[in-house]
Amino acid sequence: MLVPLSHYLVVAGLLLVIGIFGIFMNRKNIIVILMSIELILLAANLNFVAFSGALHDMVGQVFTMFVLTVAAAESAIGLAILVIYFRNRGSIEVEDVTLMKG
Amino acid sequence: MIANLAFDFFSLILLTSAVMVVTSRNPVHAVLFLILAFINAAVLFLLAGAEFLAFILAIVYVGAVAVLFLFVVMMLDVDFAAWREGFQRYAPIGALVALVLFVELAVVVAGWTIAPAAPAARMFPTPDNVTNTVALGSLIYTSYLPLFQLSGIILLVAMIGAIVLTHRDRKRAKTQNLSAQHARRPEDTLVMVSAKLNEGATLPEKEIL
Repeated sequence: MLVPLSHYLVVAGLLLVIGIFGIFMNRKNIIVILMSIELILLAANLNFVAFSGALHDMVGQVFTMFVLTVAAAESAIGLAILVIYFRNRGSIEVEDVTLMKG
Repeated sequence: MIANLAFDFFSLILLTSAVMVVTSRNPVHAVLFLILAFINAAVLFLLAGAEFLAFILAIVYVGAVAVLFLFVVMMLDVDFAAWREGFQRYAPIGALVALVLFVELAVVVAGWTIAPAAPAARMFPTPDNVTNTVALGSLIYTSYLPLFQLSGIILLVAMIGAIVLTHRDRKRAKTQNLSAQHARRPEDTLVMVSAKLNEGATLPEKEIL
C-alpha cells in the first residue's frame, strides 16, 4: 500500500471521535444524529479497507460492502421513522420520544 | 511521496467536513458537508487500493443516501433555530467523552504491531493480475454468495419497511373499490322499461336528478 497503515488508523480514529462528539452535541436534532452514525460507520469502513490493503486480503473489502448495505438500510428505516414521527408530533426532538411508550 | 501528500490533503478535507457536519447551524449545510466527507473518503479508499468500493461510496452514498437525507431535511418544516438549543450545554460532556475515547484509541494505535502469523492467516489474498472489481466479484459471487443474497434481503426488507411506514391512505384519491365492483348485480343498476310510442320512457325515481 502506498500510504502507511498508521495514517489510516489515525484518520479513522479521528472520524469516529467526531461522530461520537456529534451525537452528544446534537441532542435535539435526530437528523444530525443519523448523519453522525453514518460518519462512525464510515470510520469503520475506512479501517476495514486500510487493513485489507495493508494485509493484501480481500475479505476486508467484502465486509465493507456488507457494512455499506446495512448502513444504507439503517438510514432508510431511520429516516422513515423520522418522517412519520414528525407527521404525528410536529417536532423531531429526541427528548420528546420518552412520551412514545405504550 | 505524492500519495502521502494526497492522503494528507484529502484526509484533512474529510476531517474538516466531518466537523462541519456535526457543528453547522443549518442542517442543509450539514448534509452537503456529509456529501463532501463521503467523496473524500472515496478518494482515501482509492489510495488504499479499493477502487470498486470507492465508486460504490461515491455512487450509492452520495447519489442515494445523502440525497435521501437532503430530501428529508427539506421536507420537514422544522424550526432551525430551535435545533441549536442545548448546544452549549452538551458541548463540554461531549468533548470530554470524545477526548477520552481519542486518548484510548491513540494508546491502542501507538502500542500496536501486526502479528508475524497474520499474513499467513489470510483467507483470500488479493490477486495481483486482475483488477479490484474482478477480484471482489469473484469472491462475493462464490464464497460469500449466501451473505450477498442475505444483504439483498436486508435491502428488500428495508425498502418494504420504509414504504409501509411512510405510506398513507389518501381519502380523496379516486381509487378502484374492488369489493364494491365484485358485489354489483345487474338488478341493482339495470331497469327494463318498455317505451310507448311518442311518449318515451320515464326514468326511475332514483335516476332523476
